Order: sequence, then C-alpha cells, then structure tokens
Amino acid sequence: MPGETILLLGVNHKNTPLEVREKLALSSGYEEPLQALGKIDGLREYYLLSTCNRVEILVSASDGDAVEKELAGFLFGDALSPDQFEKYLYCHRNEEAIHHLFMVAASLDSMIVGESQILGQLKEAYRWSADKKCTGPILNKLLHKAFSVAKRVRSETRIGSSAVSISYAAIELAKKIFGSLDNKKVLLIGAGEMAELAAEHLVGNGAKDVVVANRTLQRALDLAKRYNGRAVGLDELFEQLEQVDIIVSSTGAPGIILHKEEVKPLMRNRRNKPLFFIDIAVPRDLDPALNDLDNVYLYDIDDLHNVVEMNKAERDKEAVKASRIVDEEALKFKGWLAGLAITPTVTALREKGNEICRMELERTLPRLKNLSAKERKSVEKMAGAIVSRLLHDPVIFLKSDNCKDQSELKVDIFRSVFDLEKKE
Amino acid sequence: MLSEINYLLFNSVLVVSFVATAVYLVFFFSQKEKLRTVARMILLGSGILQTLYILSRYLIAGYTPITSQHEAATFFAWSVTWAYLSFHWRYSVRNFGTFVSVLALIMLLVAASVSREFQPLAPALQSLWLPIHAGVSVMAYGFLALAFCGGIMYLLQERELKSKKFGFFFTRLPSLDALDQLNSHCLTAGFTLLTLGIVTGSIWARQAWGTYWHWDPKETWSLITWFLYAIQLHQRVTVGWRGKKAALMSIVAFCSVLFTLWGVTYLLGGVHSYAR
Repeated sequence: MPGETILLLGVNHKNTPLEVREKLALSSGYEEPLQALGKIDGLREYYLLSTCNRVEILVSASDGDAVEKELAGFLFGDALSPDQFEKYLYCHRNEEAIHHLFMVAASLDSMIVGESQILGQLKEAYRWSADKKCTGPILNKLLHKAFSVAKRVRSETRIGSSAVSISYAAIELAKKIFGSLDNKKVLLIGAGEMAELAAEHLVGNGAKDVVVANRTLQRALDLAKRYNGRAVGLDELFEQLEQVDIIVSSTGAPGIILHKEEVKPLMRNRRNKPLFFIDIAVPRDLDPALNDLDNVYLYDIDDLHNVVEMNKAERDKEAVKASRIVDEEALKFKGWLAGLAITPTVTALREKGNEICRMELERTLPRLKNLSAKERKSVEKMAGAIVSRLLHDPVIFLKSDNCKDQSELKVDIFRSVFDLEKKE
Repeated sequence: MLSEINYLLFNSVLVVSFVATAVYLVFFFSQKEKLRTVARMILLGSGILQTLYILSRYLIAGYTPITSQHEAATFFAWSVTWAYLSFHWRYSVRNFGTFVSVLALIMLLVAASVSREFQPLAPALQSLWLPIHAGVSVMAYGFLALAFCGGIMYLLQERELKSKKFGFFFTRLPSLDALDQLNSHCLTAGFTLLTLGIVTGSIWARQAWGTYWHWDPKETWSLITWFLYAIQLHQRVTVGWRGKKAALMSIVAFCSVLFTLWGVTYLLGGVHSYAR
C-alpha cells in the first residue's frame, strides 16, 4: 500500500489531571521507553516527548488502527484500563498529527501560550530519538519542520515578547527603566515567600547585591545568605535606600511604612538615580504618591496584575496570527507527504516503461542488420522518447493537486490501470 | 553643467531622505529587523548625497555654502544625519533612527521650500573664518538636535511608565537609562562644539568689526542658548539632574537653537542677517 500513517497519541495538561499524568510509565527519562517502543510491531519510525505538562508519542506506521491500540496500552501501562484512559487520550492522524505537533512546537498548546521552554524540550526529545536511530526520513523531516515553524512563529509574531506573570512583568518594567539589571542592587523589605520569588527572578536577570530588611533579623539573615547578600534591621531602611536601585516590599505591616516625604530628600543624595519600588504587600506598604516623584517608579500588585492582563490580551491576538502560520505550514507539509506517497508509484511506472522499451529493442534490433552504430543509437533514442513522452502526462496527473486530496484512492486506480505490481 | 548636477543632487537628496524616513516609519510600526538595516543603508546614502550636494554647491559658489537660508537648512540636515550616523557607530539606541530621520527630512523640506538662488557673498563674510565658525556651529546644532530627539523619546517612554498604561511606544522605545545616557553624550558633544562656535565667532568679530562682542540679536540669542545648555550640564554634573528634567530642558534649549537660527533672522534682524 502506498503512503504511511503518521500517528500522534498523548495526554496533556488540558484534559488530563496531574495525578494521571504522574502515573504514566514514561516519566523516567527517554532511554527505556524508546527501547520498549522499538519492540512494538509495525512502527517504522517513532519519537517520544515527555514534559511535566504533556506526554506524546509520534510514530509513522503502516497499519494505523492496530498500532493505535498498542500505543495507548503502552502509554498508560498498567496504571489505567482502556475504559478509564479513553477520556484523557487524544489521538491524531496524518494532517491532524502534523498540525498538533506544529502547535506544540510553536508553544500555542502550552499552559502559558508563547513560553519558549517547550521548543528546547522538543529538541531534546528529538535528539534522544535520533541518537537511538528511532526516526527515519519522515519524522526527521517532520520534526525539523516543526522547529522551523516555531522559529517562524517567533520571528513573525510577538507571541513570546511580553511578560505574563507578575515576576516577569516586574523584570520587564525594571529593564525599561534601567536598561539592564546587571550590577543593580536590590532591597527586600520583608522576607516572605513573595519577596523570595521576586529576588530569585531579579538575581537570575543579573541583579547583584541583595539586601534584606526584616522585622526579625534571623529570617532576614537566612534569606540574605541564599543570595550572598546582607541583612539589615528595619531602622536602617533610609540608609539603604540611598544605595539600592530596586525595592521589593512585602511586609505584613497594617499601614504604609514608607511615605513620599521620607523618600523625597533621599533623591538628592542619590544624585537622582532612578528608584524602582515594587509593592507586593496587601495591604500596601508604600505610599502611592511615591510615583509622583521624579525618577521614582512605583508599581503595586494591582498595577503588575494589569500589566499581565494586558500582555495576555496582546498574546491572544498574536496567537491567532501564529495559528495561521501553523495552518499554512501544516498544509505545506501535507503536500510534501502526498508527494512522498506517489514517489514509489512514479518510479514503478518509469521502470515498467524502461523495461518495455528495452525488451522491444532487444527483439527488433537483431533483425535490422544494416544499421550503422549511429543509426542504431537513433532508434534506441526514439524508442526511449516514445515511452517517456507517453508516460509524461499520466505522471503529471498523478502529481497534480487534484490528485492529492484522494491520493490513496487515485494511486490505487493508477496502479491497476498500469498493472503495476503491488509494492511490498 | 555643474548647476544641473547640483539641481539633480538636491532633488535626489530629497527623494532618498523621504524613502529612508518612510522605511524607518514602516520599521517603527512593524518592527521587522530586516527593514532597519535597509533604512540605515538608505539614510547613509542620503548622508553621502547631502555631502556631494554641499560640495557641488561649494564648487559653483566658490565659498562655503552656509550663508543663505537654503544652505543653512541643508547644512543642518547634513549635520543631524552625520551626527546620528557617527553616533550610531558607537552606541545603538533602539528606534532612534526613526526620530532622527524625520527631523532631518523636515530640515530638508525647509531647505526645499526657500529660494535656492546663489547669492554673492557679502564682503564681511569673505574670510577663512566663515567655514570654521559656521561649520562648527551647525555641527553643534546637529548633536543638540539628537539630544532633542532623545528628549522627546524619553518623555514618551516616561509617560507610559508613570501612567502604567502601556501603549504603542512602550515596546518600541528603549529604556529610560539608555535615553538618558544618549542625552548626556549628545549634550557633551553639542555643548563643546557650541562653545567653540561662539569663541571662533567672537575672534572673527574682533577681526571684522573690531570688537569681540556687540550684542547683535543673533549673538545674544546664541548666548541665551549657550546658557540654557550650560545650566543643564552644570546641574547634571553637580546634583545629577537627569531624566524628565534633563529631557524637558533639551527640548526647550533646542527650541532656542531653532530660534537663533531662523527666528532671529526674520524677526530681529541684526548684522548676522545677511540672507533672507
């Protein structure tokens, strides 16, 4: 039979709860599962992706239906019975499988649409499969295409360009104020979990000094130690404000702990270097009027939420654009695949033509005794030309677009018409 | 022959600058990186054509072409363009080119709208000091114009950050820090050249008219401009004036530059108003 079935089975964060995903057999590395997959009959090429949000198997097989059952069983192992996992599992074939893979690669199927991590995970998974020689011409081409689709989406849309979490929003704002965070000093007022998370992100983006000011010094010391920073008491706050650039405030204080009038005189000592206040405490720690001071920028938790919401809306708009790119590329790939499916038929047809040509020449030429070497050549050439011109139009018809829609059927008819032997 | 080339050169300068500005604007909206490279190359082409145009005018007239309104405006555009191109060689500021190319185009349109006639050089101007004094002054204006563009960009960006409503400019404009540094660099270069321009001018005045300074309106306004920039620089060095105040000051002081260049000639007259 011509062509192959591309099959994609998997579960993801959208319809499968974490408890179920945890139980799947494939959560431990790639090596063993790939070996196990290799033992399943009928798989020509296979590839496996396993991340915390999804597990997917992508295969190219000759008999889709039989393989589908095997793979589902493989995926869930003994954890769930077929009736149980039916509602979690999705199974895509051919165009749908291609489309789904491209959507995943372009991060349109991710929990946070547009995050770029998934592409790296995809590449790593592919490296495993390719190293173990599990992939062949079709999956190689398909996965490389998926990478390039992801790249195209990234460069032609702004889907990954805006921050969609509070911490990232704060980083993005800080970068718009300071250019880069390298060597910027951070002051944490309050040493809670939120402060820790913010510090983590700031340090990860290049911030250098971390100073922690807290009511209980012990907690401040603990947190400061983790970033090679210093701990100070709350009474040293103003002194520190002259030195630092970014302040994250998250105390449990019932009222405002820092007023505009207290910060204003500090600006002169700071030589007006910008100050970026991030107030993530509820109720707020910092005087909202701080934002009115020159070179002082204050964002509270609601402001950051608004930034995130705005970015999400923007991202949704960009996602529409990105989906269009994915549709387009999936269609192109389908075309390539259809072309691939007819290649053996075209080859068989040409071989048959050449064979007839050769046989007829062998029969005729011995009877033409008076031919010079040159004339002999001409006759051979003519016979070859008749065959190839006769086959030209059928081949064009086979390759034409109107054929691709029902490629399999037409290829079958074509093979019967020309009586080409069944392949394989 | 030469005057035809001259005529063609100015028109091609106009066209090329217009195209550069258009491509920069399209880039500003679409943010396609390829376009920026294209726009920069076109702007470079425009800069070269402007240089050729000024050279051809020099060959025809036989003196540095900086005395008529047309010539002054062309020279201004030239200095803005080359100040940007030379600046870009060392610092890259996101989307700065768009603002600069618009300003240069406006200067060229001003140049196109006034008479392009060659006027005989007034006797007082026939001196080696003409290219030195006028050239240095106009180059100073080029850098001060960059500070002006940077100031506008700063105000736009700062407004979005302060109001916490992020619209069109937020992603397209660089960080406040980058814009503030831009202001500081351009100001330093521009102010140094401006000082040189005034010093060379007063030496020339001593030779031509016998006194270093005689409160001609243009001289007075140059001094006002100089003080505006001097204050700003002084404040930056001593108390760290920066950000919004510095940006506003750059804009106000640049308006004073424009008034010195054109307003004085038309409104106040004086010995500097040779050509109208």
